[in-house]
Formats: sequence, C-alpha cells, structure tokens
Amino acid sequence: MHLSLFLPELVLILMVVVLFFASLGNVKAGSLQGITLVLAALATLAAVVTFNQQGLMFYEAYRVDVYSQIFKIIITGSLFLVVFLGPGLSGIERQIKPEYYLFMTISSMGLVFLSSAVELLTILLSLEISSYALYVIIPLRRQDGFRIQMEAGIKYVLFGAFSTGITLFGISYIFGLTHSTYLTDLAKVIPGLLTSQPLAIIGMVMMMCGFFYKLAMFPMHFWTPDIYQGAANETTTFIATVPKVGAVALLIRLVFLVGLDVSQFTWVLAAFAVMSMTVGNLSALVQNDLKRLLAYSSIAHAGYVMVGILSVGELGTSSAIYYILGYVIMNLACFYAIYNLAPEGGNVTFADLKGLHRRSPLLAFTLSAGAFGMAGIPPTVGFTGKFIVFTAAIQKGLYALVILGVINAAISAFYYLKIVRAAYSQEEEQQQQGKVLLGIPAKLLGVALILAILLIGIFPQSFMDLAKQAVAVL
Amino acid sequence: MEQYLIYNTLSYPVISAVMAIPLVGALITLFLKGDGLLKSWGFFVTVITAVVSLPLYTQFDPTTAKYQFAEVYHWFPALHLQFSMGVDGISVLLVLLTTFIMPLCILCSWNYIKVRLKEFIFVVLLMETAMLGVFVSLNTFLFYIFWEAMLVPMYLLIAVWGGPRKDYASIKFFIYTLAGSVFLLVAIIAMFIKTGTFFIPELMAYHYSYQYQIWIFLAFALAFAIKVPMFPLHTWLPAAHVEAPTPGSVILASILLKMGGYGFLRFCLPMAPAATVTLMPYLLALAIMSIIFGGYLALGQSDIKKLIAYSSVGHMGFVTLGIFLLNTQGIKGSILQMVNHGITTGALFICIGMIYERTHSREIKDNSALGMVMPIYVTFLGIFTLSAFAFPGTNSFVGELLVLIGAFSKYKLVGALAIPGAVLAAAYMLRLFQKMVWADSDGHGHHDEHGDGSGHHVLSDLNAREIGTLLFLAVFVFWIGLHPAPLLKIMDVSVTHLVDQVHTGAQHLPPMEHHEHHAWLMQVGSLMKKLVVF
Repeated sequence: MHLSLFLPELVLILMVVVLFFASLGNVKAGSLQGITLVLAALATLAAVVTFNQQGLMFYEAYRVDVYSQIFKIIITGSLFLVVFLGPGLSGIERQIKPEYYLFMTISSMGLVFLSSAVELLTILLSLEISSYALYVIIPLRRQDGFRIQMEAGIKYVLFGAFSTGITLFGISYIFGLTHSTYLTDLAKVIPGLLTSQPLAIIGMVMMMCGFFYKLAMFPMHFWTPDIYQGAANETTTFIATVPKVGAVALLIRLVFLVGLDVSQFTWVLAAFAVMSMTVGNLSALVQNDLKRLLAYSSIAHAGYVMVGILSVGELGTSSAIYYILGYVIMNLACFYAIYNLAPEGGNVTFADLKGLHRRSPLLAFTLSAGAFGMAGIPPTVGFTGKFIVFTAAIQKGLYALVILGVINAAISAFYYLKIVRAAYSQEEEQQQQGKVLLGIPAKLLGVALILAILLIGIFPQSFMDLAKQAVAVL
Repeated sequence: MEQYLIYNTLSYPVISAVMAIPLVGALITLFLKGDGLLKSWGFFVTVITAVVSLPLYTQFDPTTAKYQFAEVYHWFPALHLQFSMGVDGISVLLVLLTTFIMPLCILCSWNYIKVRLKEFIFVVLLMETAMLGVFVSLNTFLFYIFWEAMLVPMYLLIAVWGGPRKDYASIKFFIYTLAGSVFLLVAIIAMFIKTGTFFIPELMAYHYSYQYQIWIFLAFALAFAIKVPMFPLHTWLPAAHVEAPTPGSVILASILLKMGGYGFLRFCLPMAPAATVTLMPYLLALAIMSIIFGGYLALGQSDIKKLIAYSSVGHMGFVTLGIFLLNTQGIKGSILQMVNHGITTGALFICIGMIYERTHSREIKDNSALGMVMPIYVTFLGIFTLSAFAFPGTNSFVGELLVLIGAFSKYKLVGALAIPGAVLAAAYMLRLFQKMVWADSDGHGHHDEHGDGSGHHVLSDLNAREIGTLLFLAVFVFWIGLHPAPLLKIMDVSVTHLVDQVHTGAQHLPPMEHHEHHAWLMQVGSLMKKLVVF
C-alpha cells in the first residue's frame, strides 16, 4: 500500500484536523475562509495529481483508479467552489463558522471515500460519514424564526435514517444471496441471479435507495424541497451539488454489477427515472421560493442522470458523469446568484429577482446562464449533457424513456424561463432595492461559471475522453 | 463526403464570415456606449454581413444540386460530429433574405426601441448568427443547436421589448417551439443511431424502412408545422406578433417562419420520401385549412398587427401547399413565396411600426384616413398591399401563380380549394387599405376636432430613413414581380434534384402497404377534406 494513493483523503483529513483546532480557538471569519479555501484547493490538487494512480487498499475494500479519481476531482473541486461562493457564510452564526466548515469537510470526505469504496460495508460507512455531518449542519442557520431550519434538520435525519435502513436491508438480501460483500464477487453472480431470483432485484433496488436519497431521486425525494428551503443558502448549495456527485459515483458502480444488457432491473430504474423527472418538473412549475424550485428541479435532473446511468456502457455511463458535472456547474451558477442576492442569508423568491439585470447585470446573467443550461438550451453544458444521455439511451433501444424525457425537458423550460423573465423584467421603478455589490473574487467566479457552462457545452470532447477512460476501468 | 460538396473557392470562407461577423459584432456591442453609436454600429455590422454574403448570389453555380461554398471542420469526434456548412439552391435565397432583412430590422427600430438599446443590438446580432446557422448547417446536430439557440434571443426580444401582454406571448412562443423541437431532437438522435452520421446529405442517401420513415416524418413535421405555423398549431403566432416590437415582428415574419418551410424541404421530403407521399394528402388538407382559416380570421380583425399575423398563416399555407404538391412548380413557387412573404410581410410590419410610432395605436379605427396627411406612407402601404394579395406585377403573384399551377397540374380539387384563399387575401387587405387611407373619419370624434377633414394634422409623413427602408423592399417587390427568372434559375437544379429524390425514394415502398395499414389515416384525411369543402 502506497500512501500516495491515499493523498486526496489525507489532505481532507488534515483539513478536518486544522478546522477542528480552528473551532477551539478564535479565528477571524476572513482568514478562516482563506484557510478552508487553500486546503480545499490542495485537496483538489491532490486528486488531480493522483489521477493516473491505480491500486487496492484496506483488504481490497478501497480501490483507487481513474474512475474514482475523476469523481474525487469533481467532489473536492465543488467543495472549493461552495466555500468560494461569497463572503464567508453570511447565513451562519459567527461563533460556529469553524464547526460549519468542519462538518462540510467531513461530509465531503465521506463522499470521497464513497467514490473509491468497492465493498458494501465500506460503502455504507462512507455514506454514513457523509450523512452524519450533514445532519449536523442543516439546522445551523442564523435566523430569527427558529422553526424552519429545525424542521428541515429533523426531516433530513428521519428520512436519512429511514433510507439507510432500507439500504442495509437490501445489503442483507444481497449478502444472503451471494455470501460476499465485495463488488468484484457480486459482479460475477448478480447478472445470473437477477434472472433467476426476484429477491436479487428487490435487494439491488433497496440497496440503491440510500443513494437515491442522496441524489434526491424518486422514490426517496420527499425530503428535498423542505430541506432546500429550510437550510441556510450555503448549506443548500452544498447539498444540491457535492453529495449528488458521490451518489452518482456509487450508483454507476452498482448498476455496472448488473451487466450491459437491458433487463427487468433496467426497467425498474427507468420507471424511477421517469417518475423523478415528471414529479420534479410538474411540482417545480408552481413554486415561488427559488430554492424550493431548484429542489424540484434537482429531482427532475436526478431522473435525467439516471437515464444515463442505466444506459450502461461506454457512452451511457460517461454521459452520466458528464451530466452530473454539468449539473453541478449549473446549480452552482444559480446558487451563486441566490447566495449573493441575500446577504442577510434569507430565502430568495421571484419578487426579489425583479429588476436584477439593473441591480447587478453579472448576477442576472449568471442566473440566466444556469437556468437556460438546466432547461437544456444549446450551446450550454445542460444541452450537450441531455443530448449525449439521450443518444446513449436510444442506442440501448429505450425510446419510450427518451420521449418521456424530452417531453419533460419541454415542460421544465417553463419554470426556468420564469427565472430568466423575473431577472430581466422591467418593473424597476417600484423596486428600488439598490445595487448588489460584488467583490472582485465573486465577480471572477460568476464569469468563470458562465464560461464553464458555455465552453464545456460547446467543447465536450476533452472531458468526455476523461470520462470514457474512467468508465473503461470499471 | 466529396460527392455532395463543392468546397469554398472564394478568397475568404464566405459562410463562416457571414456567421462570424454578427457574432463578433454582438460581442463588441457590449463595450460600446451611447445610443447613436450603438444603433450605427448595429446597422454597420448588419450591412457588412449583407455585403459579405453577396458572393453567395453572384458566384453561385446554378448548374449543380451540390452544396456550394462548403466548409467542414472537426468538432466532437466521439460522436462523429463535424462543423459542416454549405448552401444549395434551396437555402441560398433564404440566407440572402436573412442578411438583407437584418439591416432593415435595425433601421425600423431606430426610434421604436427606447430602453436597453445595448442589449437590444446584442440580441438582434446574436439572432442573426443563429438564423443563418439554421440555413447553412449541413449537419443535423448543428442544425438543431442553431434552431434552439435562436429561441433564446427571440424570446428575449418579445419578453423584454414587447407590448403589454409580452409575458404571455413570449412564454407561449417559447413553449410551443420547444415542444415541437424536442421531437426533432429525438428524430435526429434516432437517425444518428441508425446511420452513424449527422451529415445531412448522407442521411438523405440512406434508405429507411417505411415504418421508420413514418415516425421520423411525424417527428420532423411536428416541429416544422409549429414553426410555419400550420393550422391548428398556429395560435402562438398572433400572440407573438402582436406583442413583439416591430423588429421582432419583422424577424419573426420574414425569417423565422421560413425555417418551417425550409425544414420540410431539407428533412421531411428527402429523408422520408415514402412517408411524404403517404401523408401528403393530410398535409395538403392542413395547408388548405391554414389558407382559408388564416384568411377568414384576418377578415375579422380590428388590430392591424393581428390582421397581418393571421394573413401570415394564410400565406404560409400557400408555402406548405406548394411543398407538398411534390412537383417542381409547386416547390419552386413555395420557395419563391417564402422569399416574397419575407419581403412583403416584413414591409407591412415595418409600416405598422411606423404608424404605431406616430399614433401609438394599432387599431384600424385610430389609424384611418391617412391618405391626406401621409401620402408617401400610403403609397408604400398600397404597394405592399397589392403585393400581399398577389396582384400581377408584384412578387407574390409569381410565387402564388407557380403554386397554383403546381396544384392544378396535380390535383384540380386542391387548386380549386386554394383559390378562395387568394380571394380572401384581396378582401382583407383591401378592407384594411381602404379604411386606413380613405375611411370617413366622422364616426370618430377625436379625429376631426380641428375641422380640417383629416384630424391627423399632427402626423408627419415618412422621413428619409423610413423612406429608404421601404423603398429598398419596394424595389424587390417589383423586381421579383417583373423579372423572377434569376431567382428561379438559382433554385431550378436543386428543386429538380429534390423532386427526383422524393419520387425515386417513394418507389421503394411496397405499393400495397400504405393503403392497408393507414386506412384509418385515409379516412381522417377524407373527413378533413370534407370539412374544408364544407
């Protein structure tokens, strides 16, 4: 075992330790954010450096390869961006800011473990590490009304515990059938079992529920709107992006166990995907709170990612990786606007967007780029993602799924356009809310997000090559 | 690939240049300040684009059906994606129409757009690149990208600079078009999986099974029928036209609607020939219904803009009618009619915009009896009115005549059914013209308060800029009307080639199949025909 294989994890652990000591002392908010940023950047760098490493560790329960590393890069990179989002944690009480960063890092660390875990108990432990940290930070919100974030916190714990229970139950079925918890062993027997043993399908689906929960996918999506709305803006930004990457990393691994053919199992997942898109999009149509809207939108996007995941194969799986990357960037763009629009840490509604183009053209443009991207309008990363995902699904012969998917995409355009329209509406006379002032770093971030949405959309080739390399080692 | 293309031999890559100039111009706009400078810059960029596009006309080789001035660049090898562009006899006229209409759009917005001028110029220039992209793409994927990308600027044009009900109109426009085009995307992907290529000429050469053709035809036709728009999918058009600002209406009428017709010609006919032949009766029936229905509704409008919007539905009915006659006269007529509609209806929308700037009303009754006070204006209005109902000597006459010749030579019934549409056009246009120029203004108190018989004494006639705009279009009205031969010659070989493609392609289907399997469709079709007669 080479320690170099474990480098990104070591940096994250170091980050946890540093933040722990910071929470004991009295560090200024600005320097705290600086330290966190530097360490998160180091973690990303470590993941990039170890990109081509390969090896098994910890009794073969932990596998480092191109596949895991690409997810580690996305996870640590997203963590960096979430911390970068704006002037440090305006929605959190001053004295608990170190703890907040600490738990956010622990959660990311769990997800980094998750993307390398290839043994069921390791997977479960990683999942729990990441979840427990989140249980703690969801109620941490500075606000006078004490109720809403507490409600969110309780709901997240209850739903989380519930779905972990289901996952464990599913694992017990799978272990009972196969007598192994190693994914490499499971891959040999599961495809055969799925045709002969209905229990195997039930076990697999139940096992996936914990990850559906993290991804906010039907049927484990119920928590999403309330938690998005109740948690602080920075917490929601984190929940909306980083854990989903980890969930996708693991769902891909699990679906790969089943093999390349279209089977009954595929259709179960396809049904979930369609329900997820439909429920998400239809509910999003009537939302007024932007975070709630994005919650439903994320449910819908979970469905699209699932279409890519279940189109198992080089193109399908790499399309899912591409899609989740695009999803993270577009969401960051939207939450970047929300976060900077509410310096007091409150929630943002459509009314708050009025005249945004005048108060801050950059925020309006970033928000619109994110919204158009999520609606799947070319030439954004959202369009290219949907295009590759649907191409892969048609290649598999899943026509019905694709047609339902595109109908959903058309429905979703309505509420994304509502965002753009609100941001560019002209009723500025009665809305003299004054300019939104952005610092230089925040401005740079906005421009970078816009460029990423456009450039990764127009030139998908280089990232798709990486994703294909990653899929090849599965 | 070489057998389909003639690579660009000009000293510069003309298609890339035509597409890049507005795009770069749009980006530069962001750094400019001052209203006068912005407007001049927008005008300058669009004029340069038009000038640069001229070789497409002068250097065009009308003796071949290949795609000319072609350029191919590698883009996304994983999916065999290439950036391939070129024009043939069908698309070249539409490209030129676009490049020449755009300067007029800037001119007609000179005083109309008062707020957020920088964004306006930016959006219009982006729009130009996207629209040109649709016409020059030789790659289905690229086509789709531009097709969708065009939605965003058009949406913004209506939503930001539109009239009182802009929210409703812009969303309706967007959702309608997007709903159609997602099926276009499915068809494009499905064809890619089947053939392994996005390259349009190769997709045309591939032989699909009959069943497959029916499905892709329906997917394509839905998207294009919404865009044309064909009855009964036309309801977004009046809303969008009425609420859009003048330049938005002009772009919409002159160029956007043409994309539907162009799509039929580029995708439906050559790629699904057997399906086209089978489904032709229904599309002809829908086209005739569009003609009659659009004309009939136009007759009852009191809002000038709405009247012209409904008349567009009727005119575009002639275009789809010509396309689905599947003979050379019909298709040539419909391509010419697309250009004509772009000129005439564009001009009419500019006329409406000019009068709206003066009276701030689009109601016919508020704009009546203009003959005394605005003689130059009504002269131009008269010219375009004549053109709108296809008076001999004007451009539309040639196009409509060709379509009708095509109709009578194929199905006499279809021709006979289209004639009332032409009569309706005369009725609603002359009614509009009569009221706007001569109507006695007695019934309307506020008109006659000065007792000079007109009441519009404050209205100034057109200024030099406005005269220039309309004169430019009027020249084309008569030029095409009196000497259409050059345009017809340009499209001649391409259209003949297209008709051959359809007829040879349709021979591949077993003769019995489409009568038995689609008996129910036939019944629906005959029922619709009966309804039309009724």
